Amino acid sequence: MISLRNVNKAFGRVQAVRDVSLEIAKGEFFSLLGASGSGKTTLLRMIAGFESVTSGKILIDGQEIQDSPPHLRPINMVFQNYAIFPHLNVRDNIAYGLQRLGTPKAEQARMVDAMLEMIALPGYGDRRATQLSGGQMQRVALARALILKPKVLLLDEPLGALDKQLREQMQLELRSLQRQLGITFILVTHDQEEALTLSDRVAVMENGAVIQVDTPAGLYDHPTNRAVAAFVGSMNFFDATVHGQGDAYRAEIAGLGPQRLNGQAGARQDGARVLVAIRPESLTLSPTAPEAPQPSVQGRITARQYMGGRQMLHVAVEGRAAPVAVSIVAQRGDDPWDGSEGRPVWLTWGPGAISLLDAE
Amino acid sequence: MASYTFHRKNRPLALYAGAFAVFIYLPIMFIPLFSFNSGWYVKFPLESFTFHWYVDLFQREQLMRALWNSIKVALFVSFFSTLIAIPAALAVARYRMPGKSAAIGFIMLPLVLPGIIMGTSILGLMNWFNVTLSLVTVTIGQMVICLPYAIAVLLPRFIGVGRALEEASADLGEPPLRTFFRVTLPIALPGVLACLLMTFTISFEEYFMAFFLGGTEITLPIYIWTQLRFPDDFPSLLALATLIITFSFILVFASLRLARIGESLTQEGAR
Repeated sequence: MISLRNVNKAFGRVQAVRDVSLEIAKGEFFSLLGASGSGKTTLLRMIAGFESVTSGKILIDGQEIQDSPPHLRPINMVFQNYAIFPHLNVRDNIAYGLQRLGTPKAEQARMVDAMLEMIALPGYGDRRATQLSGGQMQRVALARALILKPKVLLLDEPLGALDKQLREQMQLELRSLQRQLGITFILVTHDQEEALTLSDRVAVMENGAVIQVDTPAGLYDHPTNRAVAAFVGSMNFFDATVHGQGDAYRAEIAGLGPQRLNGQAGARQDGARVLVAIRPESLTLSPTAPEAPQPSVQGRITARQYMGGRQMLHVAVEGRAAPVAVSIVAQRGDDPWDGSEGRPVWLTWGPGAISLLDAE
Repeated sequence: MASYTFHRKNRPLALYAGAFAVFIYLPIMFIPLFSFNSGWYVKFPLESFTFHWYVDLFQREQLMRALWNSIKVALFVSFFSTLIAIPAALAVARYRMPGKSAAIGFIMLPLVLPGIIMGTSILGLMNWFNVTLSLVTVTIGQMVICLPYAIAVLLPRFIGVGRALEEASADLGEPPLRTFFRVTLPIALPGVLACLLMTFTISFEEYFMAFFLGGTEITLPIYIWTQLRFPDDFPSLLALATLIITFSFILVFASLRLARIGESLTQEGAR
């Protein structure tokens, strides 16, 4: 549907986008996730046509579009600050793109009314666009783009300016709208939660390059490098060394001791230094020593963070400077971990908890 | 535009501001005062109240001709200098180009050049090309004077429209020229009107270009200057000056008001 092939962008000496190749399917909700300066917005603006590509190709349905101007691309965009036309009312904002197409006036009015219905702002057509709230402007920006039935809708941090509650509501609406219309959405965001909630697939970007593309679950459970693992959710990292070969692989993990690996080591050599990543919620705590053969290690609780539905316990273990973060579901009422600071505790984990990453 | 609130009364500063206003406006206040005075001489005590000098103005054929010349020239100057300044301001506002700040400085330079120097140099140029001096040459000369002002008024408005709105228009299928007429120009329109008023006022009151480049045709400021030689005409000139001051104040206030409307519109757009 939309293909990026070895797309590069340089601003003078600064390489903003490095050799990005992506295949995005029709009807897919795809996100570009990265910190500011990671190149995600530049990449989106190249797809829209506001930035030229330094090298590489962008194709839609097999047609190269990287050299056509933005007004000729079958793509529409929802801008970061909405870019609502301040001199037009809501109706004229939504109908803006129809004028060029020569849609008859009566038909335009009907389409705009249908759009207002869809974005749950019926009767708002004659309001001045600048009198709307942020969330309403957001919807108008969406309607203005969708009324042209684009093949691809680009969204540049569309929810960034909204407060948390409204943002979560708009996320749900965006998702169901996209399902309903079957249009390909490409979303740029720096909010990992947003990317995971909304997307079918996510491309994580860093320093202009795509470092991993996967489903939200894939990214979360099997990050392929430290940056992804750290960026998506929170993560404990341990230095480790791989020993043995084939089925006899095991890892010597600083702070956790030896650990059998079930085919996770890949083709790594005996003695290879690696990074072990374990999610705080993949670890469990027990006040007494667990029964063998589950791997476990003893530590001491150093701090506790209460976070409502969950709480984070920090456990100091031998052989590791930083405490290990463990996330557990908070108990209502009688909390067994209340006042647990300083108490000894056993950490345990299942065989699937470990992700092996290359050490830097 | 931000309004400043002083939490404490600052008496010395208020006095200073008052003195400042008196210094600027006191001389001007005498003009309308004596324009209604029936005496020939500008001196106290005032004699009786009269409209005579105002009525007298309309019986001067030469003055009417100078007035009409001034209006014609000012209309052309404001229209053409605004027309020329729009693309220039837009280019400066939008495009990255090498030596941009130097270019802006160069455009603004005539603002600080003495009018007499501009006047003589353009006169020299006209002579060089054997151009007959007329109201056309006055118009051209005054456009040189007005362009920097026009760009100074327009530039913030075009910057204020913001690239995002033009990108949105392009994204919705409009090519650049149509984007300009559907988005950029309507949003910057108060600024354009302010520019027309401002350049009209400047042209209407301009002396040096009219003096050097006018040939046999005279504009209102030239007329006033020539009539100053005749003491009998002085009260009528005061009446004329009063009318001009009133008219200019209205235009300048209107253009400032428009500029402020433009500012609020573009701020909303940039949000």
